[in-house]
Amino acid sequence: MIKTMKRWALAAWLCLAGAALALPGDSVYQLDAKLTDQRGQAIKLDSARGQPVLVSMFYTSCQFVCPMLIDAARDTQAALPEAERRQVKVLLISFDPARDTPAKLEAMARERGLDASQWTLARTDPATVRKIAALLNFQYRALPDGGFNHSAELILLDGEGRVAARTSMLAGADERMVGAIRKQLAAQRR
Amino acid sequence: MGLASALIGLAGAAYVAMPAGTLNSVLARDTDREPTHVAAFALREKPVTRGEFRRFLQAHAEWLPGQAPAVFASPGYLRQGLEGGDDDAPVTEVSWFAAQAYCEAEVPGGRLPTWYEWEYAAAADATRTDARGDPVWLARILGWYARPAGRALPQVGGEPNVYGVRDLHGLVWEWVDDFNALLVNGDSRSAEDPDKLRFCGAGAIDLQDRQNYAVLMRVALLSSLNAADSTGSLGFRCAHEVPR
Repeated sequence: MIKTMKRWALAAWLCLAGAALALPGDSVYQLDAKLTDQRGQAIKLDSARGQPVLVSMFYTSCQFVCPMLIDAARDTQAALPEAERRQVKVLLISFDPARDTPAKLEAMARERGLDASQWTLARTDPATVRKIAALLNFQYRALPDGGFNHSAELILLDGEGRVAARTSMLAGADERMVGAIRKQLAAQRR
Repeated sequence: MGLASALIGLAGAAYVAMPAGTLNSVLARDTDREPTHVAAFALREKPVTRGEFRRFLQAHAEWLPGQAPAVFASPGYLRQGLEGGDDDAPVTEVSWFAAQAYCEAEVPGGRLPTWYEWEYAAAADATRTDARGDPVWLARILGWYARPAGRALPQVGGEPNVYGVRDLHGLVWEWVDDFNALLVNGDSRSAEDPDKLRFCGAGAIDLQDRQNYAVLMRVALLSSLNAADSTGSLGFRCAHEVPR
């Protein structure tokens, strides 16, 4: 009963304040970033707001670490109980807007068998890439050969876009990351 | 055409037209000893001042301390405030996000300069585009870093360099657009890169010119910061693209 009242109070407050204003100050969703996904559709950084998201940055012509990132995200999902797997989205943002067109992103999604209902591969303009990297503490630098030097991490955002966990372990699923996701999903159910 | 005519007035702030050129950056990787090409760009003549930033806040209340979300500005942001003090002193205690927002608002296509752009402009003295081989000049700019901090900052408007840009040395540290791209290896002497797996590509950047401590200190400072951070001696200036 008290729980229901709390929910009503929260809902009423959200209506008054507007959902956007309720975003916490330490949420990366504070950045009003416009991206394009692998289907060519315009999306916002906070498209998956309300549920946990695994986010990382990559580029499609990357040979070594980036395929490992995708594997690590997939392994992390696979380590979850079946009922929870579909509740975690993955968002991969390209460092390389000049070459990573939606068609390139789509080709990679197809090649790696990444289901668009759960995996979003996205591109945006160079200035926004820099801002997203700054928010997520990603370092990257363009190399003369067209590649990038970049840090490689999987980051868990909670439903409100706050960084809840991060891992640079890319061989298999990081148990701490799996635990952090389960904790988020359990909190969401309460 | 003197350098004075290269000053482009934009929204009250002067920008200097920087010609395209090459730079032997202090940042270099083992595989990349070729000079870096820097395209023509426009660079703000002076760092942004307290007065200029206060006027920005009047039109952009979302960047007032207390209004700006923590993810864009950590608690040190404008801690001393902009009231009182010298309006012509450089603004400091500004986060990277706030500095970017200022530049975007000041001029169409405005942004912070990239590290290479900043280093290229800052290699010049009053008569040479690259004075970095001169030990006397290096000692002079290094002298600034030995000055005690804590005193009120002087006004902007020091002697111009050969391009007409002022205050690149001797006043404040400055944000750059790609501060999170300097990727300095903690120990450049080691051949083995302990963080190899953390990076996709050719490993961490090595430091090429170890004589240029003054500039290397900037690299070290910028590499240690997060985009929401600010310090009392870190300011910024803006840049923008020029038509090719």
